[in-house]
Amino acid sequence: MSALDMIVEVASWVAILLGSAFMLIGAVGTLRFPDFWSRVHAVSVADSAGMLLLTLGMCMQGGFTLVTVKLIIIGIFLFITGPTATHAVANAALVSGFLPKGADAFRKPKLIVDKETKKIKKKKRSPLKGKL
Amino acid sequence: MFAVAAIALFVGMIIVLIRLYAGPTLYDRVLAGNAFGTYTVLFIGILGFLTGRPDFLDIALLYALINFVGTIAILKYFRYRAIGDTSPTPRGTPTANGRLKDQGAKS
Repeated sequence: MSALDMIVEVASWVAILLGSAFMLIGAVGTLRFPDFWSRVHAVSVADSAGMLLLTLGMCMQGGFTLVTVKLIIIGIFLFITGPTATHAVANAALVSGFLPKGADAFRKPKLIVDKETKKIKKKKRSPLKGKL
Repeated sequence: MFAVAAIALFVGMIIVLIRLYAGPTLYDRVLAGNAFGTYTVLFIGILGFLTGRPDFLDIALLYALINFVGTIAILKYFRYRAIGDTSPTPRGTPTANGRLKDQGAKS
């Protein structure tokens, strides 16, 4: 075994082990996190980082064969569709009225107000600007 | 090394399935289902390398395709209550529970 083979072997070990660690971390986060939005965060860790590292490690194990081509196709496809699906789920949840915990303070006021109330709002905002 | 990755992926799949069973809302379940699909694709690939026959990758690719389309189809179904022929406005608007309140039952 030449030195280059050793380097590729060790790199693929590191990539596969790191990828499995990311997958486990994402799964535990999916189970343990308290909120839907934080669970989205945990799932996307497993979806992008773990998937990419595992596919990279398997590619290095496959060598220059058809297996590597298939793995690259799977990797590109999952890299595109994973965040897209996560975004679709999060967007559907947001449209249906979900909000993160404590997000009521940042919600826009529903009433669109006349000019006088806008002036009052500007006055309320101005001292903060002076401090900053 | 492949055995370690396979065990880690298997444990991850079981944990994600627990979340899919216990998820309090619909969107938790859809998210867990999508994640379970990704885990399964990688598990199939790792299992092919583990047994020395990496020929299962076609199945993994097919699973990835079906998983994405299925997630989008589930989301579309629960938003419009139909998959193919949808009305332009959503008929049932989901409430904060994630359950659907059926408003357009008459039409």
